[in-house]
Amino acid sequence: MIAEAFRLAARSIIRNKLRSFLTILGIVIGVAAVIAMVTVGQGSSQQVSASVEAMGSDVLVLRPGRREFGPPGAGGRARPFTLRDAEALALLPEVGALAPIVTSSQTVIAGNANAATQITGSTPDWLGVTNWSLAAGRNFTPAEDNAGLAVCLLGQTVRQTLFGDADPVGQTVRIKSIACQVVGLLAPKGAGSFGQDQDDVVAMPIRLLQRRLAGDTDVSTIQIKVAGGVSVQEASSAIQQVMRERRRLSIDKDDDFSLTDMKEIATMLNSVNSVLSGLLSSVAAVSLLVGGIGIMNIMLVSVTERTREIGIRLAVGASARQVLTQFLVESVALSLLGGIIGILVGLAMAGVASRFMAIPFVADPMVILGAFGFSALVGVIFGYFPARRAARMDPIEALRHQ
Amino acid sequence: MTTLIEFRNVSRVYGQGEAEVRALDGVDLKVDRGEFVAIMGPSGSGKSTAMNIIGCLDRPTGGQYLFDGTPVEHLSPDARALLRRHYLGFVFQGFNLLARTSALENVELPLIYKGLPRADREAKARAALAKVGLQGREGHHPSQLSGGQQQRVAIARALAGDPMVILADEPTGNLDTQRSHEIMGLLKELNRDEGITIVMVTHEADIAAHARRLVVFTDGRITRDEPAEGAVA
Ligand SMILES: Nc1ncnc2c1ncn2[C@@H]1O[C@H](COP(=O)(O)OP(=O)(O)OP(=O)(O)O)[C@@H](O)[C@H]1O
Ligand SMILES: [Mg+2]
Repeated sequence: MIAEAFRLAARSIIRNKLRSFLTILGIVIGVAAVIAMVTVGQGSSQQVSASVEAMGSDVLVLRPGRREFGPPGAGGRARPFTLRDAEALALLPEVGALAPIVTSSQTVIAGNANAATQITGSTPDWLGVTNWSLAAGRNFTPAEDNAGLAVCLLGQTVRQTLFGDADPVGQTVRIKSIACQVVGLLAPKGAGSFGQDQDDVVAMPIRLLQRRLAGDTDVSTIQIKVAGGVSVQEASSAIQQVMRERRRLSIDKDDDFSLTDMKEIATMLNSVNSVLSGLLSSVAAVSLLVGGIGIMNIMLVSVTERTREIGIRLAVGASARQVLTQFLVESVALSLLGGIIGILVGLAMAGVASRFMAIPFVADPMVILGAFGFSALVGVIFGYFPARRAARMDPIEALRHQ
Repeated sequence: MTTLIEFRNVSRVYGQGEAEVRALDGVDLKVDRGEFVAIMGPSGSGKSTAMNIIGCLDRPTGGQYLFDGTPVEHLSPDARALLRRHYLGFVFQGFNLLARTSALENVELPLIYKGLPRADREAKARAALAKVGLQGREGHHPSQLSGGQQQRVAIARALAGDPMVILADEPTGNLDTQRSHEIMGLLKELNRDEGITIVMVTHEADIAAHARRLVVFTDGRITRDEPAEGAVA
């Protein structure tokens, strides 16, 4: 009987293609929105935890200016640090390793190829602090750093642009007036927490960058790896104390620098994620509600249109329950169809979006199953009233209906 | 012969007070198993009302209706649906076939509700269509069939469920004389060969003459009940 009802429902949906399509549009949009949003959300939180994993949860980032969140480099206007600050912090027993960092956007030229990229100036410890490794060549040495010699490391993206697949080690690239010798090639790292391409980078000794590109002695951030056996909290308070002293902040003044650990960044990113998800969820819920009402409306029209058919079915012996089942199955079939199309559309949208945002595509079977079940539920809830109306018809009056 | 249909002082009143209409007013009627009864009478005399009650589509407002010895008037809608499903077949003046649905599927309809498996259903429906002379037309939709053919499909549908009774309310009302007599031939055959009890409403005396008993309604009462004249063999 149910199978029969499904056959009938399929036929009536196919018969009224356009009408069925318009009817389920609300469900399609609602489900697609949920699926797309959840899939993208899960992809991006996976991305966040992956990049936190890569950075290590024992890494602290020290920036000038009050605590604020945002992409790297979006710091405030407060007094920058100097290399002396970094040296002072390095003496703390709570600090395992640290890397002072300055960045500068420049065009890098090799032969007749050029690449606009981010130049990162730091110390040799930078690789260790950022958990990065070399694919070829060597790191620059402390001696080269101290002397500010013109040596550099290329990121994979820059290497591709300038040299293709050829080995860049030993080549010379030009950055403004610097003729810089490439001593190493960085291993590929992929996209960062904000979807930026982390391989689009050239690294060089910090003193070289300060002297020849920036023209000052500023340090914009300091990345700190906490010493083994020391908690992030302990390290934070030690660093905070040193920095307050060095920046001569009196008791009544707030910090004019911020210290963020990767866990905090991850939590912040994920909470942005869940706020967005919540917002989209409520949009989706409204859309599903509207979709359900659309189905109810069309089912009521359909019941009225088919009054005579209902009369015939009752006359040949259909029970009220069988008529109810038939119409309920039809509305469930409609909403399920909408759900399935919505799932496919949502996954496609999420696929495109993840590609665009360079985050992993994570299709969660539980979410898909949930969307499937939920659209069936919408069909049952909103189909029940019209189906009951059909089932309660008086056979004689139904047969007499024109 | 056992009594299959029995009206005991049955009345059916529509509306209330001023607007009250006594469609049936104290009707006593007995129809035995295997009979072929024609009902005649002027328009509005209560023929269709009586048929609807016999067919368990409607209930009397007074009196008693026994179907095969069982009082029907207090049965629930579902119980009446079961009676229709298993014992009754309808043929209507307007055919009442499902549009955009093949003849075969129309005939299968009562069998779906009887819960027959698909293969059995189809075999039975084909057999019923063959019996009414429509083999080869199984796939046609009502709109692709003539009036006479549509009424045959309707008879096949009534037949397919192996009913004890076929109720036909003006089955030839929409057909020309030639087709009408063909349909009557068919009904007579079913009555004679399969022992199906037939109750039929008609306005035409020559159609009624095919039956073996004639009941005449006037103003909600039975005013004549006699063997059909000639009882054309
Ligand atoms: N649903 C209804 N509500 C009110 N009155 C009704 C209803 N159905 C039938 N009637 C009335 O009951 C009476 C009998 O109607 P019925 O349909 O049984 O007549 P009939 O003998 O079948 O007539 P016809 O030959 O025209 O088909 C009529 O007066 C009719 O107006
Ligand atoms: Mg009538």
